Amino acid sequence: MPGFDFSNYNRNAALHARGVPLPKATSTGTTIVGCIFDGGVVIAADTRATSGPIVADKNCEKLHYIAPQIWCAGAGTAADTEFTTALISSQLELHSLSTGRKPRVVTCMTLLKQHLFRYQGHIGAYLVVAGVDPTGTHLFTVHAHGSTDKLPYVTMGSGSLAAMSVFETQWKTHLTRDDAVKLCSEAIQAGIFNDLGSGSNVDVAVITADKTTLMRGYVKPNERSAKLKSYAFEKGTTAVLNEKIIRKQDLGNYVSVHELSTTEEGDKMEVDT
Amino acid sequence: MDHRPQAWGRPRDDVYGAYDASYLHDSGPKTATQSPVVTGTSVIGIKFKDGVVIAADNLASYGSLARFNNVKRLRTFLNSSVIGFGGDVSDMQYLDRLLSELAIDETYETDDTPEDDEETTKKTHLNAANLHKYLQKLLYQRRSKFDPLWNQILVAGTDGEGKPFLASVDLRGTAFSSASLATGFGSALAQPIMRRYAETDEQAAKLTREEAVAVVKECMKVLFYRDARSLDRYSIAVVTKAGVELAEEEQLEKQSWAFAERIRGYGTQNV
Amino acid sequence: MAAMFSQNPLMNGPNYSFNDAPKVNAPEGARQHRFDPYTDNGGSTLAIAGADFTIMAGDTRHTSGYSINSRYYPKVFKIGGTTADQHDANLVLSVVGFAADGEALKERLDAICKMYRYRHGKPMSVKACAQRLSTILYQKRFFPYYVYAILGGLDEEGKGAVYSYDPVGSYEREQCRAGGAAASLIMPFLDNQVNFKNQYVPGSGEGHALQERERKPLSRNEVEVLVKDAFDGAVERHIEVGDGLQMMVITKDGIEEILLPLKKD
Repeated sequence: MPGFDFSNYNRNAALHARGVPLPKATSTGTTIVGCIFDGGVVIAADTRATSGPIVADKNCEKLHYIAPQIWCAGAGTAADTEFTTALISSQLELHSLSTGRKPRVVTCMTLLKQHLFRYQGHIGAYLVVAGVDPTGTHLFTVHAHGSTDKLPYVTMGSGSLAAMSVFETQWKTHLTRDDAVKLCSEAIQAGIFNDLGSGSNVDVAVITADKTTLMRGYVKPNERSAKLKSYAFEKGTTAVLNEKIIRKQDLGNYVSVHELSTTEEGDKMEVDT
Repeated sequence: MDHRPQAWGRPRDDVYGAYDASYLHDSGPKTATQSPVVTGTSVIGIKFKDGVVIAADNLASYGSLARFNNVKRLRTFLNSSVIGFGGDVSDMQYLDRLLSELAIDETYETDDTPEDDEETTKKTHLNAANLHKYLQKLLYQRRSKFDPLWNQILVAGTDGEGKPFLASVDLRGTAFSSASLATGFGSALAQPIMRRYAETDEQAAKLTREEAVAVVKECMKVLFYRDARSLDRYSIAVVTKAGVELAEEEQLEKQSWAFAERIRGYGTQNV
Repeated sequence: MAAMFSQNPLMNGPNYSFNDAPKVNAPEGARQHRFDPYTDNGGSTLAIAGADFTIMAGDTRHTSGYSINSRYYPKVFKIGGTTADQHDANLVLSVVGFAADGEALKERLDAICKMYRYRHGKPMSVKACAQRLSTILYQKRFFPYYVYAILGGLDEEGKGAVYSYDPVGSYEREQCRAGGAAASLIMPFLDNQVNFKNQYVPGSGEGHALQERERKPLSRNEVEVLVKDAFDGAVERHIEVGDGLQMMVITKDGIEEILLPLKKD
């Protein structure tokens, strides 16, 4: 059977009835916004992911690719926004290939709402869909239950009211690209500083008729302050109860080894040295 | 015949089942107001260099019904403080009576020697900080009796040193203070706007009265746009050392609902 | 309230301040609505005792749910001075949890210390005050003050003293303690950096014969650095901690207050 696997449903329902709490999904308790300008559309998001009151990810990506000129900002359950956008992106790609035409934003929006409506809100994806296609510039919101809305400026997530306060005081018709980017960035920052579910940086994507510009970390108003001392431990501080040494040339006896070229580039983890 | 008064005129038990007399029991726990009925929405307030501006709309809702559209939710106290009420309107009116009695007592105790010089008379009055502490203790005591007064309250005025004072207290007695404050929906919608102008007391001390009033009016407009339990008629008060200026029949100006004039439908519609 | 002090190990896992454990024995649709006298106002506190000083610290954020009520709401208070300005106070109390209960508790303990001072002509000792605080908390055993309190001062010998409490009055004198929302984030750091837990002397032996690093009291400067780093870390990973860091340093010369900024997101 295609789709979701429900085979653990009865067991989990029984456990839940006996007081076992449901596992906590990572949620992007979030601020996401979108705004149309003359010649395109801007969407923006904060980068905090939470699990209850704990920050699960300080710099997660909430702007999801659907098609080259259709992007989605996602709030709600992190897994649901990621999988739903990936699924619809795939369907849209196949549809585009079979029709030989560029994908339309309304098609994307319709696929999303029909998918989400079928699952009656159990897929907790709250999305801002934006894009430019041959029929023009489009901006929609899609709620987890399948309802959609079409507006010149939209906000979603736990910081939606904070962000909306910016749009309701500063938005005007016929914005320029730069004004729209600034407005969206300020709306996200209102969420970052006033809503506990939102935080860290501002990501922005600008979609116009000819290209999409993704600006990851467009504003970084929350850089971590430097530690006041080094917490590096002297070698031998941790107790070692026993040790066994396997030489690199003997590794092949335990696992299959593929040599990779090592480069110093890429995302290095933040560590104390 | 069953001659107990509880049974008089009741339908026959054998036909309609036993009478549910549970409501007659006079023992058992005392039931207090456990949820608000007629309610007011947000109250917002912001400090400026020589006082505080505070506002609340004139609507009292009954659930989703806009029941009373001329309810004044700001009340002055001794022409020196303003109290803004959100939450249950009956509890607000109870507090209003209580504060009226308190004001009378205060006036008797302090104002019976008119030849006293102005300064000392003023000092002995309950100021906004004292009033806030009084309300905090009252609300905390009521929550501790499981009989809460279902309100969230802002108190605006000046403290003992004559500096602007703005603080909040809610039905659980939780109290806090900030350069700008908002209750209910306002804490999500209006606070981000007000914090842009007055994040700290230092920033608030640079705001002029006109700027503060403009910010509050802007917030009332946004609240009317986005809070379904709000009204475009509202009360606004400016409290300074000189006293209280209260306007209770303000009307939101320059509303704009034209934001979506080019938008059609909610999805694929074109016409 | 039941869930707050539940003995159910499943709910006592990571202590989340938002309680979203399932409601037991509540049939769907037939939920009785009752006034809940408690809320959680977030924030975190921290206390470390030194050889001749004690540092008490707390962040200054006050929250409800996902919103910030105030960016400056102190959680650390001087207690038991002769007047309201507390200029001659010798004790410091920090409270975190339900702010209204915290304030009520603080004012009650302060009044008691003031009465003691008035009657005996000398300030209350930390030891005496610590015992009295425990009694106050336990008196409300069946309608508790929902607060995690820490009391700090200098003992009779002039050494730093920290007493920590649970909401119903169980208490203990300790070298250091973190309380509130980010307690579970800060406490392991303190165990390692203050009490040198899991630290051994390199090369002092093999396996179990390895010697533990010896505890020595930290200097005031070292402690201030640890406190700031502990809170910077908590701010990174806990949404209810931030805005400002308030520190009180208790020495024989009096109590010094320091205010530092923290991240505001």
